[in-house]
Amino acid sequence: MLNRYPLWKNLMVLIVVLVGALYALPNIYGEDHAVQISATRGGEVNTQTLQQVESALRQADITPRGISMENDQILVRLNSDEEQLAVREMLVSELGIQYVVALNLAPATPSWLESIGGAPLKLGLDLRGGVHFLMEVDMDEALGKMREQMVTSVRDRLLEERIRYRGVREDGNDVVIELRTAEDFQSAVTSLRNQYQGYETRTSAADNSIRLVMTELQLQEIRANAIDQNITILRNRVNELGVAEPLIQRQGQDRIVVELPGIQDTARAKEILGATATLEFRFVDMENSLSDALQGRVPFGSRLYPMRDGGQILVENRIILTGDHIVNAATGFDENGRPQVDITLDSVGGRLMSQATRDRIGDQMATVFIEFVATGETTEEGRIEFERIEEVVSAPTVQARLGSSFRITGVGGVQEAQSLALLLRAGALIAPIQIVEERTVGPSLGAENVKAGLTAIVAGFVLVLIFMTIYYRKFGLVANMALLTNLVMIVGVMSMIPGATLTMPGMAGILLTVGMAVDANVIIFERIREELKEGRSPQQAIARGYDNAFSTIADANITTLITALILFAVGTGSIKGFAVTLAIGIVTSMFTAIVGTRAVINLTWGRKKRLTELSI
Amino acid sequence: MFREITKVDENNPIRFMNYRKHTSIFSIVLLLIALGSLAVNKLNWGLDFTGGTLVEVGFSQPADLELLRDVLETNEFGDAVVQNYGTQRDVLVRVPPRENVGADSIGDQLLRLLQSEVDQDIQIRRVEFVGPQVGEELTEAGGLALIVAMICILVYVSFRFDWRLALSAVIGLFQDVIMILGVFSVLQISIDLTILAALLAVIGYSLNDSIVVADRIRENFRILRKEDSVSVIDISLSQTMSRTLVTSLTTLLVLVTLFLFGGQMIEGFAIAMIIGVVVGTYSSVFTRSTIVLALGISRENLMPPEVEKEGEDLEQMP
Repeated sequence: MLNRYPLWKNLMVLIVVLVGALYALPNIYGEDHAVQISATRGGEVNTQTLQQVESALRQADITPRGISMENDQILVRLNSDEEQLAVREMLVSELGIQYVVALNLAPATPSWLESIGGAPLKLGLDLRGGVHFLMEVDMDEALGKMREQMVTSVRDRLLEERIRYRGVREDGNDVVIELRTAEDFQSAVTSLRNQYQGYETRTSAADNSIRLVMTELQLQEIRANAIDQNITILRNRVNELGVAEPLIQRQGQDRIVVELPGIQDTARAKEILGATATLEFRFVDMENSLSDALQGRVPFGSRLYPMRDGGQILVENRIILTGDHIVNAATGFDENGRPQVDITLDSVGGRLMSQATRDRIGDQMATVFIEFVATGETTEEGRIEFERIEEVVSAPTVQARLGSSFRITGVGGVQEAQSLALLLRAGALIAPIQIVEERTVGPSLGAENVKAGLTAIVAGFVLVLIFMTIYYRKFGLVANMALLTNLVMIVGVMSMIPGATLTMPGMAGILLTVGMAVDANVIIFERIREELKEGRSPQQAIARGYDNAFSTIADANITTLITALILFAVGTGSIKGFAVTLAIGIVTSMFTAIVGTRAVINLTWGRKKRLTELSI
Repeated sequence: MFREITKVDENNPIRFMNYRKHTSIFSIVLLLIALGSLAVNKLNWGLDFTGGTLVEVGFSQPADLELLRDVLETNEFGDAVVQNYGTQRDVLVRVPPRENVGADSIGDQLLRLLQSEVDQDIQIRRVEFVGPQVGEELTEAGGLALIVAMICILVYVSFRFDWRLALSAVIGLFQDVIMILGVFSVLQISIDLTILAALLAVIGYSLNDSIVVADRIRENFRILRKEDSVSVIDISLSQTMSRTLVTSLTTLLVLVTLFLFGGQMIEGFAIAMIIGVVVGTYSSVFTRSTIVLALGISRENLMPPEVEKEGEDLEQMP
């Protein structure tokens, strides 16, 4: 009974291995060439779009391998890459500027596998080709604008309340107000205390000064806003590039990672990502009739603009102010609990707004959003041509004379308020960004890397298998089974974890775990040989070999796991990929090499009562 | 025959520790050479750490490097380093970091220049740009990773075994890392992030070795009550010798295939690991054992009452 596993343990081994194999399965189906259609700029993907696409395909006499609509995207699977290019070209002209048509490779995983969450391994950029950008947001600039705004705001307030002051100045992120007399100090304290959100008021009666200290929360919020704003802008830009699976995400305090698989032309990508969006406030022309204008009689001094949610609007040519005066735009709630958008302007913007709205209360004010969209054409100098696209995103009625902070109410639901606030912020680039790291891998190099990696893994694997069979004979075969299972399980687990990507160093990591996974079996088998030499019976030798080796193997693997975790913490991109494969490989190899081989050995040799010799 | 190579008679162990004076001198000499080379030749820091721009392109025919250098020189890229990468047709151009604005577009400038002046049909294989600040951060993070890894290991091994074993293990790791860096400085192989990964992997690997040995030393101190420390270590090393050699061999097998087939980008990694496995095996047999002895390890240090091994229970059974 020494070398018998209870039934549940055998079943557990079997189930774990089967689950691993099941999730590794999607990797053998390959990928379909596909085009992916998504909406942008007020467009919408619906069944009508689907029909449009289907009829276009029918006309071109192309039978797609499949066509599906999911998550507001249409995916058309095609038979070859030439067909893919042709279809893309066709759909771009068919669907127009409101849709983005991107080339994609869609995994050809059968639907039953997909329904249980099966998906093939995600390849890193070094294996599939593409661009990785690391961008840094200029936080000093964002904070500087915020400080300037605070100083002016405090000065204005003191002037309004007729409090004489010696000076208002910035000190780090704080604002320091110095006053001449104790009375002034007292009234300034009453006036300023707790007036500014995100600032704490500290007073010092000794030298008649007040310090508004920026709270840590406020600092974080400014940072978060600057990052979010840039991410929004980048996301819009990336849509223009027609990339199938872009990744845009915050990294650390003030950085943004942009990964664009399959993009080759980095110069073009950079130009498009760097293109700016702006915003303008203008009055709606209330004197002339919209219907006349729609019939072609556009009055002098005004222009027709498309509205974002459909329709047209007649807007004056005179610009009240541009988006770079916007310091912040956030969603809030009015007295009745309905969503609104709070807008803060800088001091110059506030003055302009105040002058313009003085005698136009009751008029509508249009917010015009302007972006530059790449046309896909290039100029003679090789630069990309941009098309200026303007649209009115909102046109609320002015209820009172406005100043440097005002609000837009009646914007609809929370969702609408949020997207308007985002657009307003996107129009005013608070903090500029700069590329601090770029890594581009061409498609040929990516394919070569995959090939080289696979060759190395297969060759290394076969050598180890041969060696183990010669050196440990039948026990070596058991170890080889464990190694193969281990490989399948690494692939399965990596396919299961959503964030795990396979990179070139990751492939090295897999190979390395193959080399090291044998170690556990070597330790066990050497121990069994020793026990046999000391004259123990084969059954006892197996049991003692496993028992004695266990703590050694555990200790050795835990320390390697520590180094893998540290690598994961400090590494970026492909190095993280290495750390992930290494860590997964350590865990799966512990399982297959200790529990897995024991199960097989128990089943093969454990039941034999009169075992006199072991093939080890 | 080759089954017997690694077989050791435990009753007649190899007296490794008799040679500890010689191996110590050998280790110190090697270390001095490595440190000397690090001081004189320095390390060839890669783009990841220095910052700058790197462009790898494929030409349709073997590239004329002289012509390339001339073109770059006349276009204000006199500081560019041009070299073949892998084949005659593949060329790597590396430009040191620039202070001025638009540093992130140097890669595009280089590509346009090569396209217009040298070869219309060049193939873009790889473009990398690392800002100086990012490079500095990566250097810092890399150094930090190595130090944190060593400290974590020191703590874990002290907790599981004994501080003498932990300290000797970490000193052995220092030897491994310095030797790898020394070879890299002699051969002037460029140090990039994958080399950092390799260094940490070597630390993990080499530690495996020391833990297997340490585990056996602890066990033998408990079983072999009559032997002195030197004998216990000799016996432990002899008993684990076959495992040490077999594992090193299998790991080296996969590393050599990685070096041969894995392609240029992984070459440095493979070299670092190969050196690491060789040095790591040596250091876990000689360096660490010698240091453990010098630190005065004895039976009492390894007799913690709370750690009971399963094997001992079995032994007491009738």
